[in-house]
Amino acid sequence: MATTTTTVPSAGPVAGSRSFLTKLRDGDEIARLITFLFAASVVLVTLLLVYELWRESYLPRHKFGFGFFITSVWDPIFDKFGALPFIYGTLITSIVSLLIAVPLGIGAAIFLAELAPVRVSDTLQFFIDLLAAVPSVIYGLLGVFVVIPLMREYIQPGLKNSLGFLPLFQGPAYGVGFLTAGIVLAIMVIPYIISVSREVLLSVPRDQREAALALGSTRWESTWKVVLPFARTGIMGSVFLALARALGETMAVTMVIGNTPTISASLFSPGYSIAAVIANEFTEATGDLYLQSLIELGLVLFLLTFLLNGLARLLIVLTSQRGSGMGQA
Amino acid sequence: MKRIATLLLAVFILGAIAVAEGTLSINGAGATFPYPMYSKWFDEYHKKNGNLQINYQSIGSGGGIKQVTEGTVDFGASDGPMNDEQLKAFQDKHGFPILHFPTVLGADVPTYNIPGVSAELNFTPDAIAGIFLGKVTKWNDPLIAGANKGVSLPDNDIVVVHRSDGSGTTYIWTDYLSKVSDEWKNKVGKGTSVNWPVGLGGKGNEGVAGLIKQTPNAFGYVELIYAIQNKMPYGRVKNSSGSFIKADLGGVTAAAAGAAKSMPDDFRVSITDAPGKTAYPISSFTWLLVPAKFSDSAKRDAIKGFVKWMLADGQSQTEALSYAKLPKEVVAKEMKALDSIQ
Repeated sequence: MATTTTTVPSAGPVAGSRSFLTKLRDGDEIARLITFLFAASVVLVTLLLVYELWRESYLPRHKFGFGFFITSVWDPIFDKFGALPFIYGTLITSIVSLLIAVPLGIGAAIFLAELAPVRVSDTLQFFIDLLAAVPSVIYGLLGVFVVIPLMREYIQPGLKNSLGFLPLFQGPAYGVGFLTAGIVLAIMVIPYIISVSREVLLSVPRDQREAALALGSTRWESTWKVVLPFARTGIMGSVFLALARALGETMAVTMVIGNTPTISASLFSPGYSIAAVIANEFTEATGDLYLQSLIELGLVLFLLTFLLNGLARLLIVLTSQRGSGMGQA
Repeated sequence: MKRIATLLLAVFILGAIAVAEGTLSINGAGATFPYPMYSKWFDEYHKKNGNLQINYQSIGSGGGIKQVTEGTVDFGASDGPMNDEQLKAFQDKHGFPILHFPTVLGADVPTYNIPGVSAELNFTPDAIAGIFLGKVTKWNDPLIAGANKGVSLPDNDIVVVHRSDGSGTTYIWTDYLSKVSDEWKNKVGKGTSVNWPVGLGGKGNEGVAGLIKQTPNAFGYVELIYAIQNKMPYGRVKNSSGSFIKADLGGVTAAAAGAAKSMPDDFRVSITDAPGKTAYPISSFTWLLVPAKFSDSAKRDAIKGFVKWMLADGQSQTEALSYAKLPKEVVAKEMKALDSIQ
């Protein structure tokens, strides 16, 4: 300790315009360089990923062009490849999962952060973190043995009887399909939303709540009108995290979605997702066009994630500008 | 205590060095279906020949063909024979051909779950093709009911289940359908993954079996070994001689024997719908893919030695693991073909 403190003053005379070497010796510059390299490696890996996917999907890009995105035939025997049903399946299952998970997750986070006693909140948080760490194949098994039979025997017939006039709930009830995949995904992403949202809500300054209470608002009013808007950006962040996981989830989805490339308005219909088809067919894909089409699907998934993230960020910017200014976070 | 540990470590390291120096290591990759059999064989053969270590990675038939063509492994393995294009690619790259050696046989069985029906059902080729083409949609369709007199089949929609992952099992199934149905051949074709006209996809044999067990009125196919080991009920299939055969190892070997007479010299033959009274029609060989020329003569001799042993002693170990063994005719022919490896 003594030696380090003596070396720093020794650089005193040139402190105002310290030379690069001295700075290097002080450690500041080294730390800056090393952490910069770490940060740059993230960008580098992303760029390399895109480059490799782009390079390795040369054949289908040239053969099918834009048609790859809008054709729905996937036929490895006759070398016809179209990504539309996979894009559709990926989007629909992710949307369904968020529709279920976002209200549930944020509701639970509000309870844990604002209303529950601290001990209850901490205990529950432990279990939620545990859920977030469960491997996806376990959720897949839960889907196969619990959700699918429930869907086929009770939920799908029930929805058909009550809301069967909607095109969303028509067709035979196999148990597997878009809706089941969406529900299993929702179960998987809820812990993320709760965990992150709770932290964000807890970090809202006490002054904000106290000010609202002092102005005569009830506890719920202060939560709903002050705390939530303040934490909005962070909560959105938890939703993106959930969306990213839902888009890329492979194992659990392939176990419950039915693995049939279809585009159907009905949520009961079996479908397919991009990640699932890659995992299913990559090992046995013979022929360059087939293999490269699967790689192009990977590129499509990457683009999809990129686009949705961009859209979500745009949404944040727009809403925080329009907002009352409370959401400065 | 510490001294003993040090001594043991020294002995271990010395032993490892000695083994590493004298050991010839051969690498292979490919099909997953015969993997349990291969790993047992390689293990047994290693026990007999301590200085030869054969490593095998079950990465899938497609990967096996790819890696052996690129030369990253010494031999490959595949559930479907390489097509002419792939053979040509190998020849162009290396200047010599690649040879196929059948090792064991596999088969697919039709399995189903019809509430209230416990009888073993009979399936004609037309019924199976009709169901998988989406033309036969009810269990009481005359095409199914006609072969099952005395069984009362329900008026329920059939739920077709197939494999979603690329697999040799699917190759055998679609190869069979292509032979018995022209419409299937022209519309869908055969391969490890196809564009299925109807049905749900399950990942792996266990995925298909799970879906069938859970879904009332489901119909699908799994590997014979999987059905035997999991004691799944499965149906009989009508063969080309007109008799309904329940798949077992004997019936599969009989199918190979029926096809052996017309066996081409390169062993690339499909034995689905094979002739023979007791032949089970949805069977297939699985192959080792061995280059016809080796620059390393030690490796060449080791591989030849192994294949010879596999054809003789190895075949007696197949049935313990529920694989069907090769018929004698094929073994004799393979022994001859082995000599052509240089």
